[in-house]
Amino acid sequence: MLFTSYEFLLFAGMLLVLYYTLPKKTQWMLLTLASYIFYDLSGPGYLIFILITTTSAYLTALFIDRNTETEVRFLEANRDKLTKDQRKKYREGQKKRRFFVLIAGLVVGFGLLAVMKYTAFAVTNINFVLHKFGAEGLNIPNILLPLGISFYTFQTMGYLIDVYRGTVRAERNPAKLALFVSFFPQLIQGPISRFGDLHGQLISGHDFDSKNLVRGLWRMLWGYFKKLVIADRILVAVNELIDKPAEYRGVYVVLLILFYSIQIYADFTGGIDITIGLAEALGIRLAENFNRPFSSKSTKEYWRRWHITMGTWFTDYVFYPLSVSRPMQRLSKFCRRKLGNSLGKRIPVYLASIITWFLTGLWHGAGWNFIVWGLLNCLVILVSQELQPLYDGFHKAAPRLTASRGYSAFMAARTFWLMGAIRILDCYRNVPLTFRMFGSIFTTPNWGELAGVATGALGLGIHDYVVVLSGCLLVWAVSRLNGKKDIRERLRGRPVASFAAFSLLFLSVVVFGAYGFGYDAKQFIYNQF
Amino acid sequence: MKALIKILNELHPEVNFEAETALVDGGILDSLDIVTLITEINQEYDVSIPAQEITPENFNSVGAIMRLIKKIDEA
Repeated sequence: MLFTSYEFLLFAGMLLVLYYTLPKKTQWMLLTLASYIFYDLSGPGYLIFILITTTSAYLTALFIDRNTETEVRFLEANRDKLTKDQRKKYREGQKKRRFFVLIAGLVVGFGLLAVMKYTAFAVTNINFVLHKFGAEGLNIPNILLPLGISFYTFQTMGYLIDVYRGTVRAERNPAKLALFVSFFPQLIQGPISRFGDLHGQLISGHDFDSKNLVRGLWRMLWGYFKKLVIADRILVAVNELIDKPAEYRGVYVVLLILFYSIQIYADFTGGIDITIGLAEALGIRLAENFNRPFSSKSTKEYWRRWHITMGTWFTDYVFYPLSVSRPMQRLSKFCRRKLGNSLGKRIPVYLASIITWFLTGLWHGAGWNFIVWGLLNCLVILVSQELQPLYDGFHKAAPRLTASRGYSAFMAARTFWLMGAIRILDCYRNVPLTFRMFGSIFTTPNWGELAGVATGALGLGIHDYVVVLSGCLLVWAVSRLNGKKDIRERLRGRPVASFAAFSLLFLSVVVFGAYGFGYDAKQFIYNQF
Repeated sequence: MKALIKILNELHPEVNFEAETALVDGGILDSLDIVTLITEINQEYDVSIPAQEITPENFNSVGAIMRLIKKIDEA
């Protein structure tokens, strides 16, 4: 069931009415039921996979939690009987047991994801090697990827690690855990929530609050505006540019970088707005996933602002544990001894970064284009890190220039184009082709053909570009205003202005949304991940 | 404390670490800085800071970092 379908609107509307007519104590049951109905309607057979992940996580977390309780009770009961060393040894033994159980739980969760998402990719690569040696290839299995499996698997595995670390307690009720794993607004494209932030809100129940409802509906409408007016309209030109690479080289690749950046921003942030808005209408606050990413002045800053919950997941559960792990710390000592302090301390950190970005790329999709995309992001970040003393020197030498608005705008534009250029790996989905197409910007002097674009060469007319440009300007203005004070707060207590603005936005979606002949409300890009 | 400030100054010479109380929340230390810092602390103080202790609260100020080192050392 797509967010952009009438069925979804009907489903969400009915749920809201039912939710607030039920006693608070039972609201979570309705949410669980609704989430499972939503997921079942999203695709045949999906439920079995989410049930496996939930059951495995439930049992794993329960064992870890109970083992921790047993340890505490045992140590308490034997406080005077055990020596310090005996206590330490007992604690270490129990910790080891919990660790093995955690690993088993992670293997089941990530293993299921790996089988469903990466089997075909793995077989394709094995076949490539086999063909090189003249051997026959294996059959490539046709596995249908369950929607949102990457998102709910990561959220659930985060929960397991948190229980292991002792930052949250295990949920004793399997149906309540099932809701945390499957909460439908965020099930298929995030944000990737933390158990400690979300679970209590899902279970506690909420009184009807018109403020929450209005704020939520505003946010949802804003999401639909971004998705239907901007993303799905520019999509026609993006598809045309991607589908005919031989035809659209040079300046068209520059256009693709621009158009795809607009599309993916409007599509992904629009979807997240709908998710967060619906949750808000239910009285539940989800983590924000974006913070004006295109205003970032560096790649590092961009990744603190774009897909925030995924970035923090990888930082907290992959990058940090890897970096401070014993093997990495030993490597650090070894490198310092052999290569000197300066280089020695960099190598483990950079190695952990490379592994993390490799996995980030792989998370996005089973393809070399995604892996190369991840590694290129890593390369840019690490090169920037190395060049930092140079930047600092420049900032010191020209303080007035670097403090100016023009310089900030230049830095933001540079980051936008750099990230956009790397992102086209996602468009062509073919690494050599992407590099060739990028190279054609410098080798194909066809800037004169730009005039033809406005007259419909890419399947869009001048009116479409006007709609997209106006939409982008509105998004930019709203994001600037929101940065200072939430625009919905500004409209509170001003019913006429609020009603007029809401109606106008609603009408814009109806009139300028991409429907009708030649259009079809598309699946959100991040649904595929 | 002096050794810690020396390590921090090597990472960001422009920051007054003794006065700063939002090193992570204020965006002064990013994830690469934190990992480099932990590697240095592990060497200097002969401790092993585990991943679950890497939270903004533990790294927002020199005082917080020193408390963390003490806690791990005594555990």
